[in-house]
Amino acid sequence: MSVLVYVEQVEGKFKKSVFEAVSYAKAVADQQNTNLTAISIGNVAESELKTLGQYGASRVLNVGSEQLQQFVNQAYASVIAEAAQKEGAAIVVLSNSFSGKGLAPRIAVKLRAGLADGVTSLPKTDNGFTVTRTAFSGKAFATVSLTSAVKVISLSPNAFGVKESPADAIIENFTPDVKESDFSAVVKDIVRATDKVSLPDAEIVVSGGRGLKGPENWGMIEELAALLGAATACSKPVSDADWRPHSEHVGQTGIAISPNLYIAIGISGAIQHLAGVSSSKVIVVINKDPEAPFFKVADYGIVGDAFEVVPKLIEAVKAHKA
Amino acid sequence: MKILVCISNVPDTTTKITFTGDNTQFNTAGVQYIVNPYDEIALSRAIELCEGGKGTVTVINVGESQTEPTIRKALAIGADEAVRINAAPRDAYFTAYQIAEYAKTADFDMILCGRESIDYNGAQVAAMIGEFLGIPSISIIKKLEYDGSTATLEREIEGGKEVISVSGKFVASCSEGTAEPKIPNMRGIMSARTKPLSVADAKEIEQLSSILHFETPPPRGTVKLVPAEETAKLVDLLHNEAKVI
Repeated sequence: MSVLVYVEQVEGKFKKSVFEAVSYAKAVADQQNTNLTAISIGNVAESELKTLGQYGASRVLNVGSEQLQQFVNQAYASVIAEAAQKEGAAIVVLSNSFSGKGLAPRIAVKLRAGLADGVTSLPKTDNGFTVTRTAFSGKAFATVSLTSAVKVISLSPNAFGVKESPADAIIENFTPDVKESDFSAVVKDIVRATDKVSLPDAEIVVSGGRGLKGPENWGMIEELAALLGAATACSKPVSDADWRPHSEHVGQTGIAISPNLYIAIGISGAIQHLAGVSSSKVIVVINKDPEAPFFKVADYGIVGDAFEVVPKLIEAVKAHKA
Repeated sequence: MKILVCISNVPDTTTKITFTGDNTQFNTAGVQYIVNPYDEIALSRAIELCEGGKGTVTVINVGESQTEPTIRKALAIGADEAVRINAAPRDAYFTAYQIAEYAKTADFDMILCGRESIDYNGAQVAAMIGEFLGIPSISIIKKLEYDGSTATLEREIEGGKEVISVSGKFVASCSEGTAEPKIPNMRGIMSARTKPLSVADAKEIEQLSSILHFETPPPRGTVKLVPAEETAKLVDLLHNEAKVI
């Protein structure tokens, strides 16, 4: 019995969300008095695999096979499930990333495992095996009981944080049984904007709404975001009007996010928007309407015209950094 | 071409979420139900692909009889026929199994779902159906083209997109961008009443998870307002008090 964590690599590197998943899985393994094994698929240098030890992985299974260099949902799910079976893993942990969302359900079916996704807490074992996850787009939390022998947990980004727990990670090659039938979906192209912070796992998000009046005014949003190392986001009316891409829309029907800091500029705070951002740890609202509903859920607020406040805020952040 | 679209019956997006029975059950009193908004996107894309007699769209819902108005709404939007699997959905594993079992009885070229339901937010059903049927599943797509045998899909990834090509049957979960949600017109609403809606029994499968109880997030304290000219003070508070920058 052990805990297995899938560590998703992007161009041979691990991101913070992976270290967070490893940290979380290590805490789960400690609870269960067992060891943590990580599985990495694709071409990752040994030195990079070793970094997983920093967060508590005592073994790393390295799947370097040529056929699996590129992410194929069906094949990756088979490899992770096979490793879980060979390791006798009782709990499989993934990060609830875009790829994780495609993998976890398939792994759960293969292992006949109960799946909890968007998980925000460590398991509790005093009454069976329960975890907390978000529900109703952040308007509530649900306590889910997993009653199967094997369990799959997909961790919500920024819910646990990165925690060091140094171990010397032993790297082992793992050669899975690959089935041709797992490769009928073929990746043709990957387009990745490497200069921008990715929204779902960003620690700080700067978001703009209709109050900004038009796409030409997003320069200051991007400047503020760049200064803070933040991702940019927007409200639904903004993406509906094509001022910004749909991938930036946060809210109930867009992406639900849980950054440490969410700065909402010119967004009134409709219930559907709040649903997607209410798990943010700290919310700052800048709006010229003192009656905007967003102020009711904000931690800090400035009542004022975005076109005057944001440039001053940029200056203040620059001064703070200097 | 035959497309199966999975639809979920969910509370309207403006619903205030409360619970009953010592926080073990969602309070359905006074709640308006709608087709899950992401499923509506999947349905709209399916209808577009079948336009001009190129195919038929079947919608499937796992639910008890009270979900029928929502199913009729999907028919009004433009689905050709509907199936309801008569059971209260227990979890995603149960729902996906029912849909996969139904899909085995008919020769669907593709199965489309929404990226997640806005109530329980599991983004699980699509990929589980794919696994039950042993076919590819592509989660969180924002574009879908189909030439009659090969589908080209764009999937969201952190900070970008991935273009995927699939020949043969597949499952995909749709997000914004895949299609503009269609609004039912008068003719659609009238014809929805007479379109076929069949009911099938659920099949037994073990339960692997259950929701024990809910809680609503703790209320936030009152907002601390900073005067518009004192942005430096805001930065100071975020650094020293909130410790987030």
